[in-house]
Amino acid sequence: MKRVAICAVAQHEIKGNIWYKRFQDMLLDILEDLQGETGFTFGGENGVKNVLTCSDDFFDARTISDNAVNDVVGAANYRGEQKMAQEGLNGIGYAMADILSGHDDVIYFAGHCKESLSASRNQIANMAYDPFYCRCLGMDYLNAAGLQARAYMEKTKITPEQLAQVVVRARQWASRNTYANEKTQLNLGDVMYSSVLCDPIRSLHAYPVSDGAVAMLLASEERAYEFTDNPIWITGFGNCMDDYFMGRRDLAASSALKKAAEQAYKMAGIKQPRKSVNLMEVMDCYAYQQPMWLEGLGLCDEGKGGDFINEYGPAKYNVNLSGGMLAGRPLMIGGLYGVAEAVLQLKGQANEHQAADVNCAVIQSTTGGAGQFQTVVVLER
Amino acid sequence: MNTCRNEISKDCFVVPGKMALPNQYFAGRVGSKFIISLRDSRKILGVRCPKCKSVYVPPLEYCEKDMTKIDENWVELGNEGVLTNYTVVNYRDAHLPRKVPYILGMVLLDGAETPFVHIVSGIEPENVEIGMRVKAVFADKTTNTILDIDHFAPVEE
Repeated sequence: MKRVAICAVAQHEIKGNIWYKRFQDMLLDILEDLQGETGFTFGGENGVKNVLTCSDDFFDARTISDNAVNDVVGAANYRGEQKMAQEGLNGIGYAMADILSGHDDVIYFAGHCKESLSASRNQIANMAYDPFYCRCLGMDYLNAAGLQARAYMEKTKITPEQLAQVVVRARQWASRNTYANEKTQLNLGDVMYSSVLCDPIRSLHAYPVSDGAVAMLLASEERAYEFTDNPIWITGFGNCMDDYFMGRRDLAASSALKKAAEQAYKMAGIKQPRKSVNLMEVMDCYAYQQPMWLEGLGLCDEGKGGDFINEYGPAKYNVNLSGGMLAGRPLMIGGLYGVAEAVLQLKGQANEHQAADVNCAVIQSTTGGAGQFQTVVVLER
Repeated sequence: MNTCRNEISKDCFVVPGKMALPNQYFAGRVGSKFIISLRDSRKILGVRCPKCKSVYVPPLEYCEKDMTKIDENWVELGNEGVLTNYTVVNYRDAHLPRKVPYILGMVLLDGAETPFVHIVSGIEPENVEIGMRVKAVFADKTTNTILDIDHFAPVEE
């Protein structure tokens, strides 16, 4: 079977409020980084002819938000461009399909999101809900997560201390990651007694407001070695949508993630993820989500997320060595930062937070309230 | 690696903005009937799939399990039910309809099979319990939304 490679990645440093830099400038910086590393060009016989972007209209406060960035992603001057108006990890599947179909052989993919541009990301998430059943109740991703957190905690009996361990560990790893946002070190008590944000979610259970941009170069197997000596292969992809109405889901079980993971593992030929996978990047916007998504991904038994933490499961499977969402990543491109991290780990270029012997990484991302839509990618070296 | 340093922002400025776009939205045939029933009759309606017996509230035109057209199969649900889950909203924000802290709960109405989200009021957050019975308190003024039920309140034992 034909393969598609991620040749190289570039990450912009994530900060809580990069007010002093346009997102166009952030994109230009990572484009130049990536061109510097790989030597790729646009147009002509061998250059990139098709560009993929990911951004959000509401965060950018303009519709068709990709129009604002076409020059700094190389799409100006008569090249194709598509926008993934969905969590960025889905763009990996799109780019892979584009290359496997033979339509293109090299794709430049860049995403950006500055949550700080909005007075409140919760107001933006409120606009994701329909006008008369949910939006008028004030629903947003935070209070949807509050409902899910309680459902998950009731089911699994995960303890406040175990949830605090997730956050403390995220900050420890973030301190080793050049690109991570929030590196302030915490102890368990800081998390357990932080102010209540949306009960049972406390303020330090929630990911910090984040601005960032991330880019990567994807190529067919035939072309990949023009840009890198050690391409990383996309071997699995799957996504799955759950019901819009939260009452019609099993909030504590993440059926959509199980199905997305099933698809991705099947494509990658992974029968036993616990034996095959040795690095995970999961989109833990809130502390309870890390163990919950790991259950959905099959890394631990359903309902046993708390035990998994006690048994050092996150260390065993190298979960979120980047710091993950809990150390701050923007919505929309959290999954793409996960890909960037996994690619560096697989290439052995993760510097201070490099894990040993990584050869199969799984990246999960989600969007919609309380994990409604789930995406899973498998990368191997 | 290119880094971002804020000293390059000397003599630069930030432009404030505000998006406010008047718009409209078709409530749909089943949505209109559902809201009109709340508004005019203070009755909460659902639709039942004749094939798989699923009851949907808010209503759907088609059963999402077996694609059966169900929009003529209305059932009247009770105005009381059980609280199956809740969160306490404790942060202030402009999109929130109530003064915080307020409770968002999931209410399983009598006769329904899945809960839906609404506001729970008339009880202190620390006294809320999963499994407690709640009843719909209808709004005095209509908004033509689910807020024609103003909130759910505990049923007096």
